[in-house]
Amino acid sequence: MSSDTRVPSAEPGSEPGTTEVDAYHGLELYRRMLLIRRFEERVYLVYLQGEIPGTLHQYQGQEAVAVGVCDVLRRTDWITSTHRPHGHALAKGVDLRAAMAELYGKATGCCGGKGGSMHLGDPSVGMLPAIAIVGGGNTVVTGLGLAFRLMHTDQVAVCFFGEGASNEGAFHEGLNFAAVQHLPIVFACENNLYGASTPFHLTSLVPDVAARAAAYGVRGEIVDGMDVLAVREAAGRAVADARAGAGPILLELKTYRFAGHSRGDVRGYRSREEEALWKGRDPIVRIRERLALTLAEDVLDATDAGVEAALDDAIEFARQSPLPRAEDALTDAYATVISREPTP
Amino acid sequence: MAVKTYLEAIREGMRDEMRRDDRVMVFGEDVGAKGGVFGVTEGLQREFGEWRVMDSPLAESCIVGVCIGAAFNGMRPIAEIQFQDFILPGVDQIVSEAAKIRYRSNDDWNMPLVIRAPFGGGVHGALYHSQSLEAMFCHVPGLRVVVPSNPYDAKGMLVAAIRDPDPVLYFEHKKAYRSIRGEVPDHEYTVPLDRVRVVREGRDIVVFSYGLMVDTAVKAAERLAPDGFSVSVVDLRSLRPLDRQGIVESARRCGKVLIAQEANLAVSVSSEVSAIVAEECFEYLDAPVMRIGGPEVPAMPFAKPLEDAYLVDVDKLESKLRSLAEY
Repeated sequence: MSSDTRVPSAEPGSEPGTTEVDAYHGLELYRRMLLIRRFEERVYLVYLQGEIPGTLHQYQGQEAVAVGVCDVLRRTDWITSTHRPHGHALAKGVDLRAAMAELYGKATGCCGGKGGSMHLGDPSVGMLPAIAIVGGGNTVVTGLGLAFRLMHTDQVAVCFFGEGASNEGAFHEGLNFAAVQHLPIVFACENNLYGASTPFHLTSLVPDVAARAAAYGVRGEIVDGMDVLAVREAAGRAVADARAGAGPILLELKTYRFAGHSRGDVRGYRSREEEALWKGRDPIVRIRERLALTLAEDVLDATDAGVEAALDDAIEFARQSPLPRAEDALTDAYATVISREPTP
Repeated sequence: MAVKTYLEAIREGMRDEMRRDDRVMVFGEDVGAKGGVFGVTEGLQREFGEWRVMDSPLAESCIVGVCIGAAFNGMRPIAEIQFQDFILPGVDQIVSEAAKIRYRSNDDWNMPLVIRAPFGGGVHGALYHSQSLEAMFCHVPGLRVVVPSNPYDAKGMLVAAIRDPDPVLYFEHKKAYRSIRGEVPDHEYTVPLDRVRVVREGRDIVVFSYGLMVDTAVKAAERLAPDGFSVSVVDLRSLRPLDRQGIVESARRCGKVLIAQEANLAVSVSSEVSAIVAEECFEYLDAPVMRIGGPEVPAMPFAKPLEDAYLVDVDKLESKLRSLAEY
């Protein structure tokens, strides 16, 4: 990492620039990862206090993947997401208040309270509504790529999915067709080792999802998903290649979810030793240590304080926001009211 | 106006919309150079190129998912499922995604997707080339389900479906493709996706039907005319949403209702029409609502006597009408 101090350009929507990341760009990556981590931790607390209904699928541990990949995307590039979308949403630039309010089921949420935690999205920042059906995005993303081709744009789409989804037929169908048409897509597999409670080795004889790329004639690449700079570098190459017409790529980002699959998962299927091993690779600790070599401690502390303040604001916004009206449950099934009712 | 087949009308609807709007594309198995197994897309790839009329892999989940993705980005895709029987691998995408996009995103998105699929039997297609699965989709809010019965509607409803901002399942009776002919205007027109059509006026009984069964119902109704029974035939056209007002008007006017369909009866379109009539027309009825359709067996069988036993023909429909007339 260089130590010059040019203005960072890490906001989603900006050009990725080179694979070099200067200190202030690194600081922005750190800030976004920390925002996701602290979002998840604080959401968990207010969830336990009964402020958020339903369940939560949390992203702690995997922050380097969402932030590293989305950092090389433009605002006009699309991502698809899963039942675990908080990190993807915040990394792609979904408004923090709107994301928080959606978890609270408030009218001000990014889906007006109709979606909740598992279904975040916002077309204005390039995030399709997250699809909580495993593998649901894997053919849809291929359709996005086909539309880019037909409409002569230079957009790229990224499909986030877990290693569990790589056993769904949709994974194979989407990748195969994207490959044969050389569509500008990055399939970003977050391999966090477990599909809910089931370890991948019980459901796949092939240990690496990336190896499956060969079956479709595309490049598969294994990336350290606990290192945001490694993710960013690999994603930067993948996105640039896809945008240039080289076709899709399958990135397998080896990572780990620090929390359970969803709330109430006590993680009996994995050892505390394994968890400790992976927590020793905490991507946020790693980037903070690197940044501390070139940035003053108070700069990092100020970033931390900024994240807390933003979360204070978002939680307060969500708390104060109105609930949707009951009649809103009946709107937007179709573009227009389409049923003619008989006169009594 | 030129007389055209049902199949030609569908092709014309696609062709005209593709000429008018370059966001319209066709994606499905063998739709390109071959022109589809029934020839519905014949000539389209030659005119519009390999990107807008594209052969898909043999993967229906992929066909639907890719079309959803393309629609997300502003295209107006038409997915062709080779036989309606093959649509089941794509149901996850249709029900879990296409149907829900507008609602779940609080109206952030349109999903202007058309899925065309030939359905129905009477062609000795047997188990996996004869089914009528439309009721499965009629259960799902967020979808439109339409079935044209004649060439005029086939073109006008397809154009309307392509322009509609919500997902439309457009089911074509495969036996109608070349057997049903009618006048089709050359000029641009649409047929509303949510209005019944009174095909035949009558006073005593109304038959509600859709698809190829409309033709059967008209023939059966004509057989009762010499005996002084005046039978109306109403084409439902849209199965979701049902035109409740149109159904109720005819049911109240006639007082006797028969619903005729090719699909088996349990939890079907006929069930829903019966419920509407029961809810809205109780005081107007002169007889119980009657229904005729396929038997409760898992598939349409192959051999001629078996297939004939399954299908509702003019004789069976006439017989049912007579029992209702005499009630």
